[in-house]
Amino acid sequence: MNILVCIKQVPATSKVEIDQETGSLKRLGTQSKTNPYDLSALETALRLRDKIGGKVTALTMGPPQAEQMMYDAYRMGVDDAVILSDRKFAGSDVLATSYTLSQGIRMLGKVDLILCGRQTTDGDTAQIGPAIAEHLGIPHAAWVDEILSVDAMGIEVRQTMAAVTQKSRLRLPCLITVEKNICVPRLPSYRLKRETAQRPIQIYGFDDLPEKNLSLCGLTGSPTHVEEMFAPPSNAKRVMLKGAAGEEAAALITVLKHKKLIEGGAVQ
Amino acid sequence: MTTIHFNAAACDLCGKCIEKCPFDALTMEENGPKVNEKCRMCGVCVKTCPSHAITFEQKPQKNLIEKSKWKGILIYAEQENGVLHPVTYELIGEARRLAAKVGYEVFAVLVGEDGTVKNAEKLLPYGVKEVFAYEHPGFSGFKADCYADAMADCISQLRPSVVLIGATALGRSLAPRLSVRFHTGLTADCTRLDMRPNTDLVQVRPAFGGNIMAKILISDARPQFATVRYRVMDKAVKVEHPAGKVTQMPVSDAMVRSGIDVLEVTPLIREKSIEEEDVLVVAGRGVKNEDGVALARRLAQQLGGQLCFTRPLVESGLGDNAHQIGLSGRTVRPKLIITCGVSGAIQFAAGMSGSECIVAINSDPNALIFNIANYCIVDNLFDVVPAMLEQLPAAGKETK
Ligand SMILES: Cc1cc2nc3c(=O)[nH]c(=O)nc-3n(C[C@H](O)[C@H](O)[C@H](O)COP(=O)(O)OP(=O)(O)OC[C@H]3O[C@@H](n4cnc5c(N)ncnc54)[C@H](O)[C@@H]3O)c2cc1C
Ligand SMILES: Nc1ncnc2c1ncn2[C@@H]1O[C@H](COP(=O)(O)O)[C@@H](O)[C@H]1O
Repeated sequence: MNILVCIKQVPATSKVEIDQETGSLKRLGTQSKTNPYDLSALETALRLRDKIGGKVTALTMGPPQAEQMMYDAYRMGVDDAVILSDRKFAGSDVLATSYTLSQGIRMLGKVDLILCGRQTTDGDTAQIGPAIAEHLGIPHAAWVDEILSVDAMGIEVRQTMAAVTQKSRLRLPCLITVEKNICVPRLPSYRLKRETAQRPIQIYGFDDLPEKNLSLCGLTGSPTHVEEMFAPPSNAKRVMLKGAAGEEAAALITVLKHKKLIEGGAVQ
Repeated sequence: MTTIHFNAAACDLCGKCIEKCPFDALTMEENGPKVNEKCRMCGVCVKTCPSHAITFEQKPQKNLIEKSKWKGILIYAEQENGVLHPVTYELIGEARRLAAKVGYEVFAVLVGEDGTVKNAEKLLPYGVKEVFAYEHPGFSGFKADCYADAMADCISQLRPSVVLIGATALGRSLAPRLSVRFHTGLTADCTRLDMRPNTDLVQVRPAFGGNIMAKILISDARPQFATVRYRVMDKAVKVEHPAGKVTQMPVSDAMVRSGIDVLEVTPLIREKSIEEEDVLVVAGRGVKNEDGVALARRLAQQLGGQLCFTRPLVESGLGDNAHQIGLSGRTVRPKLIITCGVSGAIQFAAGMSGSECIVAINSDPNALIFNIANYCIVDNLFDVVPAMLEQLPAAGKETK
């Protein structure tokens, strides 16, 4: 079985501050790491491969520095690593990123199962996975927290939604996005570190994509744009609620209702 | 379509833009900075550059869409296992508010098995002009591919300017497929929306783990898709003279054809982990004994959340490990956390100080917890909590 896992390199910390003087963003730290949610997707793929055979490929769209992440993926046991990197991909939003990744997947040829993490810690949309599935015209299941079985034709998964759990069978090829708690990712192995230190990482650019459609990539292919960034309204304020116990309780319930933290008047 | 443009002649290679870029999207090349894949067009570099060498540049539009051909706001009324998700009423409320600003109408669409038309009728009192119901046994269970087919059928007939979908498990699985199909933008998990006179939807969402808010627009494409977080918008109120109607839409065989077979749907009985919970009540040593724990638990239940513990309570056997908050327990970030008889030691606070709203009930005015609490009640919890239980509306229908 050919399994492909989409992984992304994210900043090691999500801490940013607004510079009070200039109003611009201050980034704290420049370290990168693999999106933690994607480690669960990698582990899921490796376990499936070890059970039924096949190959695991890690795919990312990002700057060439993503090589570091790919060596880490090799050390976990991934067979192949592919980076899509080109200045033409700059400024990609969900639509353009998922398009470019789907083009990369088409370029790589036969894939039976695509795995994505639940979400990234920087983009944080949880949308790339389902969007890739739509570009490729294949079924998908999101929020998968257990793989029940897999055979040559399909895969059975369990998803947890808002109020139900659903067991479904998806025909291959398909895409699933996995929850973090689906498994505990293994640590990189020292043996693999030595074995894979020289293993090449494939880097492709815009000209390698099957469609080479510039209007769907990068900034031109991105319908959303960020107009402004600003500090969230702070909740640093502190309010003392005073009076007899009954009055304190009433005052608290009033603010909580106002802030929609508890149900106000009933609907219907 | 805007792009970032560098004026090499004006650039003095100071590198400030590279330093300030929050996305690490700029690198220094021989004749000045270059922008890479990570750029999100936030414009920090444009503002930062002391020599004004960086500008936004308008590129000629590839295919200008005619905005006036897309009118109205369509909301997706989500059903799970035949039950309308409460976010639906919030979407209607928000859609009506936005629609009023530009003279739009509000529409709704439902996709599901038997009972869908019945649920559609429940929306009429809230001022929806027309509710489109796709009812078919083939829509039983959630199948993202064929639900997207039905939604796409509705969208291509109605041509709405804005489509709002709940940022729920189901909505966030469905929305990306639709935005790709219509080749347009989608903003995930919005916490605030606004409508400009030119019908551009202003979408605000948290970025960088909530440290920064981003204002996002989809100016050159329609429809504008947004998923909206549950419990942030105002619920719709009923209108006096509802004039809407339900239209049952024909469902073709192709629409229910799916690559997904739903094998089993089970209503959730599993308790959510405390990390996933929106509302938490914490019992500290101040609750004293089992009766105190039971009191705090009733408060948690009445608020639709879960009860957690400080370490001493877990050590004494009154609480369990999976519900311990703190350095040696779990880290939580709920929307609301109410601590009862908790002193607020640093090891405890480390596990919950990121919560959106912190309420503390403690009889000691000098307790550390009051340094991090947003709402402080200095009183005996055995008086305050029973008073709250008495005054709170009875536990809602969404009990977990
Ligand atoms: C390495 C290490 C790790 C730790 N990890 C954790 C951890 O993960 N989680 C954790 O919780 N602790 C942890 N601790 C322990 C922590 O330091 C505190 O001891 C603990 O949090 C205190 O719990 P408490 O607030 O329930 O109890 P106390 O500190 O005893 O506070 C009880 C509070 O209740 C108030 N009170 C009493 N009666 C009433 C009443 N009738 N009405 C209202 N208020 C009343 C009192 O004024 C007091 O403030 C750790 C400690 C160490 C050293
Ligand atoms: N640039 C990228 N390269 C590869 N995979 C990605 C990229 N961005 C997102 N993904 C995948 O899509 C998932 C959801 O990402 P997001 O929509 O950004 O929250 C991630 O967990 C990854 O599996």
